[in-house]
Amino acid sequence: MMLNNKQKLQIKNPSQSILMLVLTFTFFTGMVLPLFTLFIKAFQNSDGGFAGFGNYLKYFSQPALSYSVINTINVSFITSVISTVLGFAYAYALRRTNIKLKKIFRYAALFPIFVPTVVHGIGLIVLFGKQGILTQLGFFIEIYGKTGIILSEIIYTFPQSFLMFYVALHYADGRLYEVADSMGCNALVKFLRITLPEVKYTLINSLFVCFTLSFTDFGAPKVIGGSFNVLATDLYKQVAGQFNFNMGAVVSTLLLIPALLTFAADRALNSGNFSEISSKAIKLKIKDNKLRDAMFFTVCFLIFSFFLLIIGALTLDALMKYYPYERSFTFGHFKFSQSTGGIQSFVNSIVMSLLTAVFGTIFIFVYSYLIEKGKEMRTLKKIGRLLSVVPIALPGMVIGLSFIFFFNSRENPLNFIYGTVVILVLANIVHFYSVPYVTAAGALRKLDKEFESIAESMRIPGWKVFLKVSVPMSFPAILEIFMFYFVNSMVTVSAVVFLYPADFKIASVAITHMEEAGDIAQAAAMSLLILLVNLIIRGSYEIYMFFNRKHQKKMEEVMLDD
Amino acid sequence: MSYLKVENIYKQFAGKVALEDVNAEFEKGELVCILGPSGCGKTTLLRIIAGLETADGGKVIIDGRDCTMLPPSKRNFGIVFQSYALFPNMTVEQNILFGLSEQKKLNRKQLRSRALEVLELVDLTEHKNKYPFQLSGGQQQRTALARAIALSPGYLLLDEPLSALDAKVRSKLRLEIRRIQRELGITTVMVTHDQEEALTMADRIIVMNNAVIEQVGAPRAIYERPENKFVADFIGTMNFYHNSTGDFGIRPENIILTKNKPSENYLTGKITFLEFKGAMIRVYSKLHDNCEICADLPAETAAAMELTENDTVYLRIADRHLIQYAEALEAV
Amino acid sequence: MKRRILTYIVSVLLLTGSIGTLNGCGQQQTQADAAKGDITVYTALEDEQVTEYLAAFNKKYPDIKVNTVRESTGTITAKLLAEKENPQADLVWGTAASSMMVLDNQGMLEPYAPTGVERILPKFKSDKKVPTWVGNDVWETAIVVNTVEAKKLGLPEIKSYQDLLKPEFKGHIVMSNPNSSGTGFLTVSAALQLNGKDSEKGWEYLDKLHENISQYVHSGSKPAKMAAAGETAVGISFGYAGISQKSKGAPVEVIFPTEGSGWDLEANALMKKDDIKPAAKTFLNWAISDDAMNLYKANYPIIATGEGGKYEGFAFNPVDQLIDNDFSWASENRDNILKKWMEKYDSKSAPKE
Repeated sequence: MMLNNKQKLQIKNPSQSILMLVLTFTFFTGMVLPLFTLFIKAFQNSDGGFAGFGNYLKYFSQPALSYSVINTINVSFITSVISTVLGFAYAYALRRTNIKLKKIFRYAALFPIFVPTVVHGIGLIVLFGKQGILTQLGFFIEIYGKTGIILSEIIYTFPQSFLMFYVALHYADGRLYEVADSMGCNALVKFLRITLPEVKYTLINSLFVCFTLSFTDFGAPKVIGGSFNVLATDLYKQVAGQFNFNMGAVVSTLLLIPALLTFAADRALNSGNFSEISSKAIKLKIKDNKLRDAMFFTVCFLIFSFFLLIIGALTLDALMKYYPYERSFTFGHFKFSQSTGGIQSFVNSIVMSLLTAVFGTIFIFVYSYLIEKGKEMRTLKKIGRLLSVVPIALPGMVIGLSFIFFFNSRENPLNFIYGTVVILVLANIVHFYSVPYVTAAGALRKLDKEFESIAESMRIPGWKVFLKVSVPMSFPAILEIFMFYFVNSMVTVSAVVFLYPADFKIASVAITHMEEAGDIAQAAAMSLLILLVNLIIRGSYEIYMFFNRKHQKKMEEVMLDD
Repeated sequence: MSYLKVENIYKQFAGKVALEDVNAEFEKGELVCILGPSGCGKTTLLRIIAGLETADGGKVIIDGRDCTMLPPSKRNFGIVFQSYALFPNMTVEQNILFGLSEQKKLNRKQLRSRALEVLELVDLTEHKNKYPFQLSGGQQQRTALARAIALSPGYLLLDEPLSALDAKVRSKLRLEIRRIQRELGITTVMVTHDQEEALTMADRIIVMNNAVIEQVGAPRAIYERPENKFVADFIGTMNFYHNSTGDFGIRPENIILTKNKPSENYLTGKITFLEFKGAMIRVYSKLHDNCEICADLPAETAAAMELTENDTVYLRIADRHLIQYAEALEAV
Repeated sequence: MKRRILTYIVSVLLLTGSIGTLNGCGQQQTQADAAKGDITVYTALEDEQVTEYLAAFNKKYPDIKVNTVRESTGTITAKLLAEKENPQADLVWGTAASSMMVLDNQGMLEPYAPTGVERILPKFKSDKKVPTWVGNDVWETAIVVNTVEAKKLGLPEIKSYQDLLKPEFKGHIVMSNPNSSGTGFLTVSAALQLNGKDSEKGWEYLDKLHENISQYVHSGSKPAKMAAAGETAVGISFGYAGISQKSKGAPVEVIFPTEGSGWDLEANALMKKDDIKPAAKTFLNWAISDDAMNLYKANYPIIATGEGGKYEGFAFNPVDQLIDNDFSWASENRDNILKKWMEKYDSKSAPKE
């Protein structure tokens, strides 16, 4: 057969193609090129000559350093298992049991992502340190070192795991459980044979995400890790202790490995068909079971109390003159010393986070729309999808340094954004890219794939369908992305600490400075302010969803009917 | 000259051939069904006619114009998908107005009156302010149809438009679609895997299988004179029969079944199963050579004959009903 | 409302954009410019010091706008090095001499002799003819003891490095890791220098000290801070870190070991770049002026002119406390020392299970 049409193949939708090109180019400029300028240093020696794998050989020949590889895997593995189990149990309690206080538990689960990670460390020290509240009650654990890192990483990754399971356990096919009941299966069999397979994909995903997050985190090891070496502290030692960027680049590339494995696993899992819920599924009726409810309530309550304790400890720290030695009450710590940027840094953080949220959400949504729904440029779409997982594996320090190398270069025409708030916004958009991308792509995949075809047949321009149908239909997801960007930008430190302009200090960095200077009380006070803002943002979202949830759900159901 | 024509269409997806040298013509004002099992390429052909897919080879000619490489927006058609793809966040009327409002020629008032006109046509006027989730399946389907015809397109494409509906609603809507199509006199191409739908609605049927067209013709012709075994088997029920003179097919309703031995030209069988089909009874019998054959008789006749399983019956087949196939058939 | 937010965003963008371009613009070097303009200063001084010192500077030079980036020594040095190709800072202020030497080796510093540089003692400035960096003041190793915790634990009194080896201290000492902290390095370097530089005696001391250390942390001030919070009884840190905690109300005592303290300088330097601003030189001149030195003296009694100040409540002359620090030996052997240290002690934190 002649393939005559290939020759005269024309681009059906030129404006879409141009937009795709522009966005791909932006994405490359924001992530790939800066990373390249850093990673290339892994293969160079200090004077810029080619070193091949020499740096890697050198790295692994130092026993102390290669121990940190084992340490990191060890810590990340334990963290991912515990976080996943807890996240599952907590979500299961909220979705599949009849316990009380579900709403409060749900909000409480998100607390850790509303404050900078250094705060988890501070909280743990206030609770379990030598002078810790729990320690003084005779509840001693050695918090400095491995245990502290693991606890801190669990606090850090738990909300991610919980959120994944909370979504996954939402839909259940009640028929399966009814059939199992009629066959006389006991609870354990039902759990192993129905519930677990249902969430198999989420389970593996959660393990990988928690593993990757703790693999690259520096906040916890720095504050509470003591002498326990992990890859992230190695990176810090190489870069900020010995100023050896080549070795730093070597460690950075090693830190990418789990993300690449995640991607490979994701591909392998996705290519096999993971079960979808049939439209004939009926709602699962949660049966009464006092014992089960009591057990799950205990789990939730313990986790909840733990978070409450940390917030309590923070408040205590923020409101006491000098904990633990001078326990009189004061508001003085909220008068931030001008040197850390004062209250202005808090305002700056809000401005930066808003800008990040606005531009990040627009970019992600448009770009993922073109990737998921566009008809042009298959290769570019594949690349866009592939690279979307990389940022989750990038320690902030890697982003920060690579942005300096790339954007501060004289040859770079974008040089003018260096030293402005724009570079902070860009760094945040890249740093937190992976999760919102998944959210956006997921929401778009739920939309009927023929909307665009219908519109084309009716000669409605593409942008109009996008604005009038895809955007309103995905509005909850869009808000979610906005919130994710905002909340994370409020608390992030590791990347922006290298990039913030001299005249634009931000609150999360200020907290680190306060912590470093020993001003735990001020750090706690500022953290409470950030927590408050994040709660307000989250609260507004919940209020919006409360009034629109039913309508939105029904609109979505129309698309699921077939 | 035909209104719509596809010539030597070739299309493959990732090395798998979806359409192999497909030729078809569609006359102005007729309703043509493309019928075939899933995966036969029928939807791909429809999407190529719409311009939603581009053929790897061949031509699409619409109203005398070569439209092969034209984007959908320049082809002037309306389309209804299996999922309807109604915009869930818009009311029935807004769904229709969304496309209409791109018509720069019409003012606001004209737009609204056109919308009301098509809503009237599909009998949805009273539901115009409802959202899709407030409508029944049948109403959603009619909304999609109204939206597709609102712009007075040159031709209408229907992709399995009824398959998501209950049997009862489906048969009602068949008539409805046919009525509207006749009223507008619009050239319509409908893809379906439901032979009954094709037989009842179409002016002509194109039967497809494995990326090629098997037969084209009026429903009656296709039913009575299927040109090959695939068509014969796919449409209606067909008994296949093989003897020394060749391969034959016979429809169950064309077999005369008696309990009394006829004088000549008969086959003897033993009833294996009786299937009650409402107005009809389908009698399955086993012939002496272990061949199974089925025959339909009116329920009343069957009752009168007092048929039961294991009865011996005699079957007569009139020559004029026998369809002979040139190609050798494997035993059925 | 929507429009107003949008306007705000746009104006923020425009504003920040214009700041970026302004920074890039060249400025005419005229005499009058020396007292006005914008300069960007990178510093590792403490936050509160920066505020205090800058207020004094701006009193004298109200038309010079000083934008500061303040980070820990490690981070600020890494940032300076990463920006090597296109330096953003006009000058570096109050940052460790050991970092200055790294920057100098990379050819990133512009030789400049600030007004009054002759007052600075030779060991407190670079040995180049026109100095590339000039010190302000000295910070030195100090042992910070939480008196409440020490009493609770019944720990003996500390006067010297040797005292730290007593078995009672086992598990109660925190020190900074020399691989990630400058303070850590100067402590290790001092321990080696005090024991005869290249002899094994220094390492023997560190071996014994290691037995008593509960953890090595990644920042120089953190041991002092942990001692202040009661998270450890003893922290090996630097003088100011302990004294500032004490003034905030922490029950700590700051001890300068009798053998002498390892030390480093807080130093200033001019960045080598195309567009060297006169105002930057003005700042560097001010930074070692008597006005500035008097401010430094309040926090760090040893200033680079050698006129000793006093630590409040300490009877000795702080200058006598300093060991005879051989900077060139330390920087030459830095890599080897760090490598050996890492092999001996860092690998002890290997996975146990």
